[in-house]
Amino acid sequence: MALLVTSPLLVPLATSLLTLLSADRPRLQRALSLAGAFLLLGCTLALLAQVEANGTARVAFGGWQAPFGIEFAADRLGASMALITAIMGAATLVFQLSDADPAPESPTLLPLVHALLAGVGAAFLTADLFNLYVWFEVMLIAALGLLAHGAAPRHLDATLKYFVLNAFGTLLLLMSIAYLYGATGHLNFGALEAAGQAADPLRLLPFVVALAVAFLIKAGAFPVYAWLPASYHTLPAPLAALFAALLTKVGVYAVLRLLGDIFVSTPGLLFEALGWIAVATMVFGVLGAAWHWDMRRILAFHIISQIGYMLLGIALASREGTVGAVFYIIHHIIVKANLFLIAAIVFRLAGSYDLRRIGGLYKPRPWLGVLFLIPALSLVGIPPLSGFWAKFIVLREALLQGHYVWAAAALLVGFLTLYSMMKIWFEAFWKKHPDAGWQPPAEARLAPAFAATVALALLTVAIGLWPEPLAQFAQQAAESMGRAP
Amino acid sequence: MIWALAVAIFATVAAGVYLALARDLLRCVIGVSLIGAAANLVVFAAGRVGTMAPPVIPEGETVLAAAVNPLPQALVLTAIVIGFALTCFSLVLVLALKSRTGVADSERLRFAEPPPAADGKPAPDEER
Repeated sequence: MALLVTSPLLVPLATSLLTLLSADRPRLQRALSLAGAFLLLGCTLALLAQVEANGTARVAFGGWQAPFGIEFAADRLGASMALITAIMGAATLVFQLSDADPAPESPTLLPLVHALLAGVGAAFLTADLFNLYVWFEVMLIAALGLLAHGAAPRHLDATLKYFVLNAFGTLLLLMSIAYLYGATGHLNFGALEAAGQAADPLRLLPFVVALAVAFLIKAGAFPVYAWLPASYHTLPAPLAALFAALLTKVGVYAVLRLLGDIFVSTPGLLFEALGWIAVATMVFGVLGAAWHWDMRRILAFHIISQIGYMLLGIALASREGTVGAVFYIIHHIIVKANLFLIAAIVFRLAGSYDLRRIGGLYKPRPWLGVLFLIPALSLVGIPPLSGFWAKFIVLREALLQGHYVWAAAALLVGFLTLYSMMKIWFEAFWKKHPDAGWQPPAEARLAPAFAATVALALLTVAIGLWPEPLAQFAQQAAESMGRAP
Repeated sequence: MIWALAVAIFATVAAGVYLALARDLLRCVIGVSLIGAAANLVVFAAGRVGTMAPPVIPEGETVLAAAVNPLPQALVLTAIVIGFALTCFSLVLVLALKSRTGVADSERLRFAEPPPAADGKPAPDEER
């Protein structure tokens, strides 16, 4: 049981070490990496089943029980996030086997990917604030290594910007953790929750706000998202998909854990402010995307825009809002990673990421056009795809609470998202290829790429057609968190 | 004593932010690591300076007369190690950028995000 709860950390960490030790034997290294990824998938599935059956599973390290020791607690939210992390790890590592913009082979590539997965998985399960900071740093270090991997000037440039802006986030995180510890004497989530209810909420407010701002930097919220569009488009496709799926979502998860679970008694003004931040995040993200012509840059800006919807769910400060945020995070991780991966297939076939230089893909590859439309329309929120239900839950709650401006902004951003997605579709698939003699390359090795993207698209369709199980799960996840109905 | 620590933290953060806002890349990353040092001091100060009851006492033992809270010291040690690794990485990164591109000015650091083309549209990404 204890092993199962820590498996989202231990499995990728062990895989990282093993792949590092087998660095001089590339075939063995790749086999170990895939085995580790699928073992992680199995472990997280078992963990989720266990949590479904028996409720929150807890492990305290070194025999020091909470609130003194470091604790891992897998509740429904954490376990489902760990599972989706494993799904993304497996999908991107399978995609890496294709020749659609894969990350350049190097001995340190796979160890860093698994270290990143370890950091993300542990961040979702830890129940200790300082431990969470450590996992954020593990993620940061692994992400920096992967960003700098190409070692061309554009990669180094992106790495530096990513480092400096994220370092402000982690340092603010460290400082506010120290302040909270100084004020309450606790780091454990449960103990902090009790301390927060006992203390005057206004006394803790500055520290909670500082912590929330630090998490918002990590989540890529307005106005502190500049690190994301500066760096994500320099990554090769599988890594871009992995980053886009997981890293900002850890920030959103941390905000949700902080404001929707630990410090639910925070004054409403903070949630009001978060709502406006969410709206600004949506609007500025989607406007940034509208200007660009590089598919990767369009998709990177759309991450920011979609983060706004998740924050809106948290800002609604109700159980239904939390349900919406959980549903939205799960839906978005699958869809966003898939869009980056399909864009890489388009790049492989048409020859460029720049929409002005490609086109005419629909005629030779009609099913690729359909495959792209599934996550693209899901991102927009067209029924019956998963994005529709995610938006529906959040928007219904916003309207019920009387936040008409927020809901209207969310709907408007939906239209602009549709514009961006249709821009990609018409430019890449419908219009003629600017180079009249262009033919899709015959020898492209795309079977692993299609395996990964079709599997993710099927997940999107499945959630869209049968939203009830996931909605119910999100409901139960919200119930096990701190907010009263 | 806590006031002296507070002033030291203030001065370190101020110096760090001033350096981090510089256009010179080396100054920038040194500024970030200075802020990191200040953050470490904040963690240290969170345990209060001077004697207090440690959070955990084995059964049957009494509190030592001059004991301090050991937890923030353990935390700060972790943070120092992480901060040191990041500082090393960032210094190597800046040196690599400088030696490969000759650019040490953040204003001219436009390799990942090239400025708009002459017609105001986004510049096509030449390398891909």
